[in-house]
Amino acid sequence: MEILVCVKRVPTVGGRITLTGDGLGVDTRMSGFTISPHEECAVEEAVRITERLGGTVSVLTLGPESAIEQLRGALALGAGRAVLLETDGREYGPIATATAIASEIGSRAAAEPGYDLALFGNEASDTGDYQVGIRVAHLLGWPVVTGIKSLDVSADGVVARREYRGVEEAYSLPLPAVVTVKEGLNLPRYPSLPGRLRAKRAPVERVEIKDVSLPEGLRKTRLRVPEGGTHQATVLGEGVAAVPELVRVLDELGILS
Amino acid sequence: MKALVLLELEVPGDTAVDYQYPATGNPPQSSGTSLSAHADVTVTEASLRALGVGRALAGTGSLAAVVFGDADAGGGLPGVLAEHGVGDVYLVGSAVVAGYAPQAWARVIAGLIEETGATAVLAAATDRGNEVMAHLGAITGLPMAANCLSVSAPAPADGGYVITRQRWAGLLEEEAVLDAPVALLTVAAEAIPPTEADAPSGSGAPPEAAEVHRVVPDISGMAPSPGAVCAPAIPDGDLVVRAVESPVRDGGGGASLATARVVVGGGRGVGGADGFAPLEELASLLGGVVGVSRVVTSEGWRPHRQQVGQTGTKITPELYLACGISGAIQHIAGCSGAKHIIAINTDPGAPILAHADYAVIGDLHEIIPALVAAIRARSAAA
Repeated sequence: MEILVCVKRVPTVGGRITLTGDGLGVDTRMSGFTISPHEECAVEEAVRITERLGGTVSVLTLGPESAIEQLRGALALGAGRAVLLETDGREYGPIATATAIASEIGSRAAAEPGYDLALFGNEASDTGDYQVGIRVAHLLGWPVVTGIKSLDVSADGVVARREYRGVEEAYSLPLPAVVTVKEGLNLPRYPSLPGRLRAKRAPVERVEIKDVSLPEGLRKTRLRVPEGGTHQATVLGEGVAAVPELVRVLDELGILS
Repeated sequence: MKALVLLELEVPGDTAVDYQYPATGNPPQSSGTSLSAHADVTVTEASLRALGVGRALAGTGSLAAVVFGDADAGGGLPGVLAEHGVGDVYLVGSAVVAGYAPQAWARVIAGLIEETGATAVLAAATDRGNEVMAHLGAITGLPMAANCLSVSAPAPADGGYVITRQRWAGLLEEEAVLDAPVALLTVAAEAIPPTEADAPSGSGAPPEAAEVHRVVPDISGMAPSPGAVCAPAIPDGDLVVRAVESPVRDGGGGASLATARVVVGGGRGVGGADGFAPLEELASLLGGVVGVSRVVTSEGWRPHRQQVGQTGTKITPELYLACGISGAIQHIAGCSGAKHIIAINTDPGAPILAHADYAVIGDLHEIIPALVAAIRARSAAA
C-alpha cells in the first residue's frame, strides 16, 4: 500500500492570536509551527495501515523551505519518504495548492508504483478552506470522501465512516482514493528517539512547482481578531467557600430550575 | 442577481432525513424520502441562516432553493420557503441521488446554475454543505469561500464580492474580495443574516408558495422522467461515493454534546482518566453532559467525541462550566457559542477567565463535590 499524506505548516497558537503589522498574517515571531491535529491523525493512520499491509508512507507539504520541519516531524512518526513542493513563501490558495499536489501525484504514478491512497486533514487549521482534498481528487479522477473518523483499508478498497447529525454514514470507495480525516480517527503516537534521529538524517525530495497562477479569485484584504476575550470574569470567591455564591448564580441563570 | 441556496431538511423524529436506498439492480423510478409524507418537515436552522444571507445578497433579484429528497410537492415546504423570500424551489427527486452522494449533488447544482443563470450559490457551512460546495468548486473550476460571515453584492469599485469569512474556526476573521462569475459560498453558524425588515420587498404581494420545479437527474440505466424541468447528466463516477446511513452505535455522544443545555467541561486539571466521576455526577444533576479539552483526549483519558474545540465539537449551551481548563484558543473556538461561561480554575491568570462571565478560584476536586452536595441539599429542602 503506497500512501501519501499531505500536511500543512501552520503557526502554533496558544492563548491568543497576534497579527502582523500589515494585518495580513499571524505574527509567529514568538511562536513555533506545527501541523493541524487532523493531519497528525492522518500521518498516524497511514503508518498503522502500512505496518499492517506493508508499503510506504510518503509525506508531502507545499510551502517554503522551512516547512521541511513539518516533514521531519512526520518522518519521526514513521513516514518513510518526504516531498517538499517548494514555494517562494507566497500564500497558495486551495486551487493552486490542489493543482500542484495533483501534478505531483500524477507524475509519480507515471514513473513509479503510484499512490493507492492520499490522506488529507479535513481542513487546515489556519485558512479553513475545506476543499484541497476534494479538488485534488477531481483533478485525478479519484473518488473522495471527507471528514472521516473511522477507516478500514484493504487491498480491495476503503470503508470510511463518519457521523452526521446523529447518523452514522459509511462510504465504500475503490482505490486509488482521496480521504480527508478528522481528529478522533486514532490517538497519534509520540515520536520515539530513534524515530527522531532517523528523521533528522532522512533526505527530503524537493520539487519545484511549475505553472501556478496566483491569485485565484479569492483575495485576502485584511485579517482581524474578533472582539471578545478581553473582559475579565467576575470572581465569585475562592475554594469551597465560594460554593453558596456559585449556587446563587446558577439559580439566577435559570440552570437549577 | 440570482441566488441559489442548498437546503438541508429535518424530519421530526429523525436526526437526519431517512433516505431509503434502492437495492442493487434496477433502481426504482421513485423511492427515497417522501417529503410529502412528512407534512411538518422543516429546514434546518443552519440552512435558514444561509437562506437569510442569500436573500440579502439577491436583493431585488430572485432567490431560489434546491432540496434533495424525493417529493411531489415537499409537503408544506413551498409555503414555508415563500415566507423566507424563495420564489422557486428545485426538488431533486431521483431515488439514486436522494441518498447523500456529494459529488452527484454538486453535479446537479452545476446543472442548475446553467438552467437558472444563478450568479451565487450558498449553503450552510456544515460538513455536508462545505463538502458539496467544494465539489461544486472543483466541477466548475470556481473558487469557493467557506464559513462566510457576510457577503455584499459585487460592486465594480470593489473588484468583486466583498466577503468576511472565518479562519482558525472563527478565532480570526478574514476580509476578502471574491472575483468570480458565480460566487460559491458557505455560511458560518456565527453569521447574522440581515433581519426581515432590512430585506427588500419586491413589487406586489409576496406569493403564498414557492414555485416547485422537479429536477430528475439523467442517470444511465434509468428511464427519463417526463415533466422534469431540468435533467442534468450524472456521470457514473459521481455515484461511486454514497452514504449508507445507520444509527450511531454509541448513542451519538457528539450530537448530544452539540445540543446539550448544560456542558460541564473538564481539562488537564482533572488530573487523569479516573477524575471525571464528580463531573459526570454534576452534569447529570444539571441535565447536561461532560465535555473535555483536547489535552484530555490526546492523553486518552476520555474519547474524542467528548472534545469541545476547533477539532472537536462546537457547543452552544445555556451554561458551560469549564473546570480545570486553561482556555487555549482552539478550545475557546468550540465553547464561545455558550450563553454563559463559568470557570473553576486554580490559576486566576488562566486565559479562560477572559472568556468567562464568572469564576471560582480553587481546586475543582474540592469545589465540584461541594457544589454537588449543595445542589442536592437545595433540592431536598425544596
